[in-house]
Amino acid sequence: MTTTTPTLPAGAQATGKTATTAGRVRKRLNSRTATVISVVIAVVWTIPTFGLLVSSVRPEDQIKSNGWWTFFTDPQFTLENYQEVLFGSSSSSGQLASYFINSLAITIPSVLFPLAFASLAAYALAWINFKGRDWMYIAIFALQIVPLQMAIVPLLKFFSTGVSLGGVTIMPAWDLVDEQKFAQVWFAHTCFALPFAVFLLHNFISQLPKDLMEAARVDGATHPKIFRTIVLPLITPAIAAFGIFQFLWVWNDLLVALIFAGGGNETAPLTVRLAEMAGTRGNEWQRLTAGAFVSMIVPLVVFLSLQRYFVRGLLAGSVKG
Amino acid sequence: MEFDFAEEQPKLLMLMYGLIAFVAVVGGLLLLLDAVPSWFARRREAQLVAASASGAPLPRRPKQREGMFAFFFLLPAVLLLLVGLVVPAIRTTLLSFMDGSSDNWVGLRNYTWMFSEDSIVRVLINTLVWVLLVPLVATAFGLLYAIMVDKARFESVAKSLIFMPMAISFVGAAIIWKFVYAFRGEGQEQIGLLNQIVVSLGGEPKQWLLDSPLNTLLLIVIMVWIQAGFAMVVLSAAIKAIPGDIVEAARLDGVSPWQMFWQITMPSIRPALIVVVVTLSIATLKVFDIVRTATNGNYDTSVIANEMYNQSFRYGQNGQGSALAVFLFVLVIPLVIYQIRNLRQQREG
Repeated sequence: MTTTTPTLPAGAQATGKTATTAGRVRKRLNSRTATVISVVIAVVWTIPTFGLLVSSVRPEDQIKSNGWWTFFTDPQFTLENYQEVLFGSSSSSGQLASYFINSLAITIPSVLFPLAFASLAAYALAWINFKGRDWMYIAIFALQIVPLQMAIVPLLKFFSTGVSLGGVTIMPAWDLVDEQKFAQVWFAHTCFALPFAVFLLHNFISQLPKDLMEAARVDGATHPKIFRTIVLPLITPAIAAFGIFQFLWVWNDLLVALIFAGGGNETAPLTVRLAEMAGTRGNEWQRLTAGAFVSMIVPLVVFLSLQRYFVRGLLAGSVKG
Repeated sequence: MEFDFAEEQPKLLMLMYGLIAFVAVVGGLLLLLDAVPSWFARRREAQLVAASASGAPLPRRPKQREGMFAFFFLLPAVLLLLVGLVVPAIRTTLLSFMDGSSDNWVGLRNYTWMFSEDSIVRVLINTLVWVLLVPLVATAFGLLYAIMVDKARFESVAKSLIFMPMAISFVGAAIIWKFVYAFRGEGQEQIGLLNQIVVSLGGEPKQWLLDSPLNTLLLIVIMVWIQAGFAMVVLSAAIKAIPGDIVEAARLDGVSPWQMFWQITMPSIRPALIVVVVTLSIATLKVFDIVRTATNGNYDTSVIANEMYNQSFRYGQNGQGSALAVFLFVLVIPLVIYQIRNLRQQREG
């Protein structure tokens, strides 16, 4: 795992590549200097990550006494940092293996729930005729602007004391302990993801051919049947795009986890633990470098292998509207 | 405490419960929606049979079914949005007019506090610096890079390298850069890249993250490092979408690359440019993880989101924390309205 370099070439970003004459023209304009500069920039961009990776496989005394570039003149390789940071026995070691499992347990449902609910809602908003449909879409769309900072304090209060309106309990207190707190995090992530998810999936679903839907309706298919058998298979790319997006967001999130998961090793994800280590053990570079890389490996693999879908989703979400 | 897999099992069990809940809720909903209409269909069939047998007028086809489907398709999303977003946002707004323990109304005191307390004014200024610099620098950089590598032989690899930081968490990025900024006293060998460069150029090593205002700029570098890839990818796609014949025609007219850039490229990608700048501005306004991990808001580096967290969750000042959240919301609104108007024009145009 530690031999994976961060410089993996990814698949081509096929975002409307057209071999036009303009391409050839521009190619001639691309002077040699531009090429050199862009290579230099790409290298500069990668060096901080590369330095981290190199450091994480150097012995502790080496990391602390000289720069990681010394590795190339005096290579000393060890996997001890990873062993220590993942499975170490002292409480200061990181014990990241445990947090790694937390990250997984938080992320998987936090991706699945918003995906399912948002695609159902997006389908209804695009293809079912009902009163107030446009109004409803605008309302959900507009919720994207609410920063999650606006919601965290009261939402946390909902979980601890429940919701009651005029003495009537609408939602009881959740009273969760230890690993049950995952449910809180799932709930929070699902709520916060929905506006963007509905927006993104609606963009795709509403562009499906109208004839197809009408033909299915004429054949007597009900909405759930159309949704399952026609719409879902057709919007797989959109689902993949949002899935990756949400996966990266949840896995890399700090704020929501910090508030809803707490700090212990029963529930807190990698990001929370790493932020804590960076604060309290800022000079333990042998642990921080290896730990940071442990937290990066999964998103990097997901990202580099599925980059095409991610880019497509990004473009659909931001450019096409 | 050795790592013990048995201790992790409750978590996996919980994960399994979550997945079972997922299957039950989503599957149950779809099943319900399949079963209910077919029940209605059977009943209608029975009615028709009964009606034709007795010679009574045929019952009218029920019309409310579309509405019922819409209701159930939207139910989970709308319910969650209400409980998780709408009601909390309203409550936060109310809390911002109350004191720290949310017991008494204090009017606008939390807002006047925000603009009179020196440390908070500092936070607001920092946020302003962030939101002015990050979108500008990241977009400019992304645009330049997109143009430079456009149609180059190594384009996809070059773009992946710039884009890669997007997959790294802000926490991870902050650690990566803290390592670049790491400090060792004079005379010792430096372990941080930046100080090593400074020393080898004959300078003295510095504690980069302790000096305000330079430390805020160094944190901004982290954000730019992450977000430039986003700007580059979106702008690159916009550049590729410029019709080839326009560029060709301009070439035949003998325009210089400079003119080409300002008169062809820039106007064509203007909508994408606006989207990128606005999206980055919104993301920057909410930045939290980087500041918290790198400096925890100390040494005059705090920003609104970070201060909001501290007020609400460290000092127990819910009123002041909520006021900061509301202020953040107010700052975001004009940006989003501009974004929507821009998108609408684009769609019509």
